[in-house]
Amino acid sequence: MFPKLVPIPSSGMVPDRDVGKTPILECINLGITFGGLKAVENFNLTIGRTEIAGLIGPNGAGKTTVFNLLTKVYQPTKGTILLDGKDTHGMDTAHVNRAGIARTFQNIRLFQKLSVEDNVKTAMDTQLTYNMWEGIFRLPGYWKEEKVAHERALELLSLFHMEDMARVKAGSLPYGAQRRLEIVRALATNPSLLLLDEPAAGMNPSETAELMENIRKIRDTFQIAVLLIEHDMNLVMNICEGICVLNFGRIIAKGTPEDIQANPAVIEAYLGKKKEA
Amino acid sequence: MNMKKSFKNMRKSTRRSFITYGFVIIAFIILQIMNGMGMLSFSLQGMLVPICAYVVMAVSLNLTVGILGELSLGHAGFMSVGAFTGVTAAMALQTAIPFAPLRLAVGMAVGAVFAAVVGFLIGIPVLRLKGDYLAIVTLAFGEIIKTIFTNLYVGVDQNGLHIRLLKNLSDLAEDGTMIVRGPMGMGGVAKISTFTAGFVLVMISLVVVFNLVNSRAGRAIMSIRDNRIAAESIGLHVTKYKMMAFVVSASLAGAAGALFAMNYSTIVASKFDFNTSILVLVFVVLGGLGNMLGSIIAAALLTILPEALRSFADYRMLVYAIVLILVMLATNNPTLRAWIDQLQKAVTGKRKKEAA
Repeated sequence: MFPKLVPIPSSGMVPDRDVGKTPILECINLGITFGGLKAVENFNLTIGRTEIAGLIGPNGAGKTTVFNLLTKVYQPTKGTILLDGKDTHGMDTAHVNRAGIARTFQNIRLFQKLSVEDNVKTAMDTQLTYNMWEGIFRLPGYWKEEKVAHERALELLSLFHMEDMARVKAGSLPYGAQRRLEIVRALATNPSLLLLDEPAAGMNPSETAELMENIRKIRDTFQIAVLLIEHDMNLVMNICEGICVLNFGRIIAKGTPEDIQANPAVIEAYLGKKKEA
Repeated sequence: MNMKKSFKNMRKSTRRSFITYGFVIIAFIILQIMNGMGMLSFSLQGMLVPICAYVVMAVSLNLTVGILGELSLGHAGFMSVGAFTGVTAAMALQTAIPFAPLRLAVGMAVGAVFAAVVGFLIGIPVLRLKGDYLAIVTLAFGEIIKTIFTNLYVGVDQNGLHIRLLKNLSDLAEDGTMIVRGPMGMGGVAKISTFTAGFVLVMISLVVVFNLVNSRAGRAIMSIRDNRIAAESIGLHVTKYKMMAFVVSASLAGAAGALFAMNYSTIVASKFDFNTSILVLVFVVLGGLGNMLGSIIAAALLTILPEALRSFADYRMLVYAIVLILVMLATNNPTLRAWIDQLQKAVTGKRKKEAA
């Protein structure tokens, strides 16, 4: 066992069922500076194994930067990220994914010209073992694994009732379906932590309600942790068990939805300071 | 009936590859029959093998440009590597393998392997670059390969191969044969390439490319083309897959080069220059990026076209350029496109009715 650097729960966010288990993610004094700008500073966060956590804050607070740090799109200039107790120092984006973090993007990044099914199957690539020659000569390994991948892809798509769209080009899907496909693709990499960057952006209330159900379903089915960035407070307050509020790159509050709603610092960050009469 | 149904239910990509195989096989049979009946002109007969070589070049470059999405301007360099190493192997094995088709096959295999090795070595620096920068560096490597082969001297005698750069061979035995003579290129090459061999190579390269594209490697390569950041986010080994596409593309070009070279008695390195690279790129762009059948048709037609335009004498290349521009305009014309789409729908609609 690695030494516990941060006692659990460090944020008061880890739900009861995860107490006693090691956290899936621990960020310790995480920070990054661009030039002289401290985009994220002293970021400490612990996420339980089956927790749904929220990361909120005003525009430009550094939320997506945190995601980019976790997935090593940016290398942190300070601090440590422990994923399932293992330091991710020195890993690149692909490596971090193989270690267990999958993500979606704020501006959708699908493989536009591939079919829906192929988008999902591509994400299973690291779980397939047949090599280039088996693929070119169509040896038994190819058929066996492709069959499994095909069935698994349809199974994952059926979570969001998208199995009928399997052969459609991803780029021609409607917006909501593209967002759902991105989540399916992330799940196909078999992650232990799913990062969702504004999953409800551009969705109408009924789609958002469905999304909430789906996020819970994902957590229950796969028994994984979810960390999401979202501006839709209804969604965040409804499904997140722990919330972390970021402003100007620093955490200004952490806690349960009830704590956050009553927190004066949060209200100030969102609504501004009350003028002294 | 049943077969028709299963053909319709096939994945689009599988169906497209079967149509391409069918097209190539039918074209080969028709040309063979015409050739047997003496219906082909002498100049066209001589172009059958180069057409096959250029078709393979176009298909392989389409893997780099259309599937991987990186512009390579040095593809003729790999053709050159394949041509010189393949012919050297074939000539060195002249006595060991008297059966010409087998010697040709060995030559093409050797050409493919050497081109793959060179492709791998060039890929290490080149694949770190993107877009225009990658294009310029591949162009430079194409020129470097050309310059090396222009200054290479290779001979064979009973002691084995003798290879010199920049200066002529001095230690070649009396009864040895010169294979590569620097700027003079290769002379006295046994013309063992045949149309059938070319057809087989085209089929092999199609099988390799289609099966690669429709496997996990192909999905990964295309996903890197579509969105590199997302491809990394799902854990793909980006460099590995880019290299795979680049090396396979180079090795097919190498085999095509060996086939091409063994169709002529002399071959010089300057044949595989920048112009050839651009010519092959024109086949790919005209045929459609990622569209193998388009590449094949474009390569065949544009190889024949300059010959067919011989009657224009000095204005040949001018007419060639005008034809290119007109075809480009026509294929990008929205009205024409809509018309073709309608035609396609009408054909497939009919098929649907039949199946029902």
